Amino acid sequence: MTVTEDAATTQVPGPEKEVGKARKRKEDARLITGRTTWTDNMVLPGMLHLSVVRSPVAHARITGVDVSAAKESPGVVTVLTGRDLAEEQGSIPCAWPVTPDMKNPGHPSIAVDRVNHVGEAVAVIVARSRTAAADAVELVDVDYDLLPPVLDMEEAVREGADLVHDDLGTNTSYHFVFDAGEAGTGGDTEQAFADADVVVSRRFVNQRLIPAFMEPRSVVVQPQGDNFTMWSATQIPHVLRVMLAMVTGIPEHKLRVVAPDVGGGFGGKLQVNPEEILALLIARRLGKPVKWTETRSESLMTAHHGRDQVQFIDVAADREGNVKGLRVRLLADMGAYLRLITPGVPALGAFMFPGIYKFPAYRFECDGVFTNKVPTDAYRGAGRPEATFAVERIMDELAVELGMDPLELRRRNWIQSQEFPFTTVAGLEYDSGDYDAATQQALDLLGYSELREEQRRRRESNDPVQLGIGFSTFTEMCGLAPSRVLGSLSYGAGGWESASIRMLPTGKVEVVTGSTPHGQGHETAWSQLVADSLGVPFEDVEVLHGDTAVAPRGMDTYGSRSLVVGGTAVIKAADKVVAKARKVAAHLLEASEDDLEFSGGKFSVRGTPGSGLSIQEIALAVFAAHDYPEDVEPTIDADATFDPVNFSFPHGTHVCAMEVDTDTGFVKIRKYACVDDVGTIVNPLIVEGQVHGGLAQGIAQALYEEAVYDADGNLTTGTFVDYLVPSAADLPHFDTGNTVHVAPGNPIGAKGVGEAGCIASTPAVVNAALDAVRHLGVSDIRMPLTPERVWRAIHQGGDGGDRATAGSNAYGGAQTETTAGVSTPQSALGGDR
Amino acid sequence: MTRVSMQVDGVTYTDEVEPRTLLVHHLREALGKVGTVVGCDTSNCGACTVHLDGQAVKSCTVLAVQADGAEVTTIEGVAAPDGSLHPVQKAFHEMHGLQCGYCTPGMIMASIDLLKENPNPSDTEVREGIEGNLCRCTGYQNIVRAVQQAAGELSGSATTPETTGAQA
Repeated sequence: MTVTEDAATTQVPGPEKEVGKARKRKEDARLITGRTTWTDNMVLPGMLHLSVVRSPVAHARITGVDVSAAKESPGVVTVLTGRDLAEEQGSIPCAWPVTPDMKNPGHPSIAVDRVNHVGEAVAVIVARSRTAAADAVELVDVDYDLLPPVLDMEEAVREGADLVHDDLGTNTSYHFVFDAGEAGTGGDTEQAFADADVVVSRRFVNQRLIPAFMEPRSVVVQPQGDNFTMWSATQIPHVLRVMLAMVTGIPEHKLRVVAPDVGGGFGGKLQVNPEEILALLIARRLGKPVKWTETRSESLMTAHHGRDQVQFIDVAADREGNVKGLRVRLLADMGAYLRLITPGVPALGAFMFPGIYKFPAYRFECDGVFTNKVPTDAYRGAGRPEATFAVERIMDELAVELGMDPLELRRRNWIQSQEFPFTTVAGLEYDSGDYDAATQQALDLLGYSELREEQRRRRESNDPVQLGIGFSTFTEMCGLAPSRVLGSLSYGAGGWESASIRMLPTGKVEVVTGSTPHGQGHETAWSQLVADSLGVPFEDVEVLHGDTAVAPRGMDTYGSRSLVVGGTAVIKAADKVVAKARKVAAHLLEASEDDLEFSGGKFSVRGTPGSGLSIQEIALAVFAAHDYPEDVEPTIDADATFDPVNFSFPHGTHVCAMEVDTDTGFVKIRKYACVDDVGTIVNPLIVEGQVHGGLAQGIAQALYEEAVYDADGNLTTGTFVDYLVPSAADLPHFDTGNTVHVAPGNPIGAKGVGEAGCIASTPAVVNAALDAVRHLGVSDIRMPLTPERVWRAIHQGGDGGDRATAGSNAYGGAQTETTAGVSTPQSALGGDR
Repeated sequence: MTRVSMQVDGVTYTDEVEPRTLLVHHLREALGKVGTVVGCDTSNCGACTVHLDGQAVKSCTVLAVQADGAEVTTIEGVAAPDGSLHPVQKAFHEMHGLQCGYCTPGMIMASIDLLKENPNPSDTEVREGIEGNLCRCTGYQNIVRAVQQAAGELSGSATTPETTGAQA
């Protein structure tokens, strides 16, 4: 770039805004060159390696553990069992008691006298090398007295069922109800159904999934006197530190937790892991640094899973297609124990089942059910994908029943743009948006009319490859979360976020954020925010995070909260820096504060061109501290904590065109288009990347992924051979777009983007497949839509899931009632489900 | 223990290894080449991909002893000695072909090999060419763009894939 001589004298345009620029990521430099700090890269002097002996059975009493041979194995330092650690291990915490009478059996990090799922820890080998520890695992001899495994939720809630935890006397952890009539946010649901012209009822299975972050979990603990530093591949170093203190009794101020480079999480690393507790206890016991890194098989088997609901959903409407009521009953699989937010995931979803539609009445009930499987917990979307799937699927079913176009039915019932802010039947106040605009843009991106025409041609010619188009017009609650709302939902913590800005004497800026990234690009986006707020170069900003000694306060990263809550804290801290600098500037410029304007990083006296001081000069001035006002401290550094007053509500329209080969059952996404409104876009590159990644995971739920247990409770999808994380060849090109309606609840105007693609895409894909074969009598296909299931649904009726899962899948293991046809109001109300 | 000698990223290392040691563990644990990572235990994910005598291999499916006498290039050795990035590294950065970055070393090594075999791959050929490498973050679209941009740069042609983030 050439700077011309007269540049200073011509009208200077305002500084170019960083927000909105497709800045390439600062994070990439180390990641593309292999100069990374994954936890497993760490080596400390004298470090010992842990390997966990795990239960091969789903449900049993432990009658004996013989570790003598393992202790003799070369390189083994010691072997610890549940008995050795029973007194000090406490319980993995559950932060979300969703009802006052929720039953929590407690969650030992290592089993003492019972195991409740395959993969539960029963002993830990401590050895001088990774291989020595692994070698000794098979030398531990554990005697099990087998108990019947409880695997099927619908069986588990029946009278007289075998019990996971017999001391609880039930497999039901909790019964959570939200009734809009009782809450005063809607009418009487039962009456709405009784009065309705049409009622459509369905049973949907939202299968069990595995987050499958690419970096396996890893933890290193270093004891230093009575202090402990833990490095962990975690999403939540701050939450983890508090929880480690509460679980182990080690005082919080003696604990430091560091999340170095973390290779993905998707909710799967939003956890207090048994192995983190064990590593800490063992490091304390031995006074030596220890490391545990899981294998992929261990990860799939023992890191928490996600989803896993059986959804009974009824919708009531009049003949013209106006929805009158919504009723949802869930069975949500908790697995064997309650982890950090296990019970809260379906409860969070409770508020999203009404979606973008103006249901006048709504009732939600959920039973959290124990089974002998690994616990479920947060997975990208956490409750909201489940809700979106159910409502977007049932809207299509209602459209079929009414003989209406599925988009016309949606349009008739969704909130109009002029109606925002809109309080829904679930009591949420949706902030802003325009569902029509997003939908129109998505249809254009897809090339809707041409594809509808092609669909007609294929249908008329009886083409073996049929085409279908499916919609998902969705919203989600993001920006987790207003602390007071969390309190009202009995959540154990707040939803604020913290930031600090440190102005260095050389003019560089350190931004400390409590929102800990693991791939999202905070370092880049936060730099853009600060560059605009302080008028400093993007390159001069360094973002620090993920170490409780460096960033002492934080609530970390999940729930599409980082930019909305954490980014706002950064903006507020920057505002304070400017306010503090203004006082110093006024002093140094011998002007009144009111006469100063701040623009492009510079304070100047109004009407005195050429005068002024940059914020960097002020940073140096307060560092030297030779001359500053009497009544201020010699620093312009500042902290801020932001607690939102409402959630934010991204929305969008996703449209999928799908080819279904009716001869083979093979499905192929022909085209996928989506338009998301995530509010203000700080970095379009990052936003687009988040949407792509979310789409991949949502489409994977529809087409590829399912955690399957056999009749004995063994995970049969325990490697990447069997658990089908899609490859590049399995996914289509995505056509993405945005509309922008700023979020009124934060100064950035951002709504959150991390989960949108994952939440929206699953029902669009399934609706598209059904649209292709609906005329062949198919009304549901069980996810994932494997060729076998699709073929069976077409050629044998039902949802195609029965045979494919018989005796192997926890649901299919029991007799599967295929999805019912359209029911009468009577049968839906009475229900012999 | 068996003595193995190999050149890794231009430096010759001679070590005693257990015969069962996988190349990836030798690289990480004996040589400190931790840029190469382990993502699975069934050779599905490709995160550990390196070049062995110029060919991409999953270093978890190669024993260290099999690499005796070989030349190994890891992600740490693909940039020029002056630090300037390999065109594929550069393209991953420019096209936002990575998020958490854990699969990235393997993805870049596999992509370099792909472009050696097929200097001008179509979208489908890129997707099929890297299907042995799993990414959980990106949905692959920007990886495909990155590989195609690198193809353009390596072959000296000016064809550039559509710019990312343009829809905003």
